[in-house]
Amino acid sequence: MKKEIKIIAFLAILIALALVLSYVDSLIVVSFVVPIIRLPGIKLGLANIAIIYTLYKMGIKEAILVSLVRLVLSSILFGSITTFLYGLCGAILSLSVMIILKKLTSFSLVAISIFGSIMHNIGQIIVAIFIMSTKEIGLYLPVLVISGIICGIAVGILSYLTLKYTKNITLFN
Amino acid sequence: MKKILKKHKIEIIIITCILLVSILAIIIINLLSNKGRYVVVIYNQKEQASYALDKDIEVDLTYEENHYNKLVIKDGKASIVEASCPDKICVKTYSISKVGETIVCLPNKVVIKIVGQKTDVDVVT
Repeated sequence: MKKEIKIIAFLAILIALALVLSYVDSLIVVSFVVPIIRLPGIKLGLANIAIIYTLYKMGIKEAILVSLVRLVLSSILFGSITTFLYGLCGAILSLSVMIILKKLTSFSLVAISIFGSIMHNIGQIIVAIFIMSTKEIGLYLPVLVISGIICGIAVGILSYLTLKYTKNITLFN
Repeated sequence: MKKILKKHKIEIIIITCILLVSILAIIIINLLSNKGRYVVVIYNQKEQASYALDKDIEVDLTYEENHYNKLVIKDGKASIVEASCPDKICVKTYSISKVGETIVCLPNKVVIKIVGQKTDVDVVT
């Protein structure tokens, strides 16, 4: 009984953390990457830190929960139904790829984060092509893949450090 | 450092390959695209207007109340200089001039696209 309450409280903290991170994310639109590749609106995907943390510290089910609740709440608070659609496709693709890679391969955390970032961008492009019915948006794909790799490295290193420094904290004993 | 490289050899190779393919794709896309002649404005998946790139103009694209994007054509390049959308991504996008290049405004559902040939929709000449 007591353990369940602890898990619920910890998940709530993680969701709150993911929400704050996605708000910070929307403030830092990465403009220093833009001059090279002429596409703005690239986000770091900081909320992925909280999701990767949940995935490694708690498990697959919890990570899916945190990801979906964060998405719904951040769409209500900072976005609209369109942001929800974009985020949903990106989140589903990126989370499933991260879970599959974590289960089947011995890839490092940074590599998993990179693939997660890339798939998130691909998911958003797919939704954009359908909503706008403009195939040419697909031409941005290589640019977004590269930005996904760069952002994925950053997020991966941050998650690695977070996990490393909280290694000694045992929540459920 | 050497140990890390050896331990994660496969993933480093895969990611480097993806990176190289993407860079190659960007170069190919840039080489293949020709200079466009017209700008087409698409709202809600329907073509609304087209403008010639060789004439300098400024137009307000208003398709919904309180939503606008200001399209400017100058020196054969099209860009959006002002918009009502909250994220202003369309304003920050660089000006476009090559066939297939787009500026997308997701909140206002507006896409402007460069084409080589004129389409049948011809609102403004």
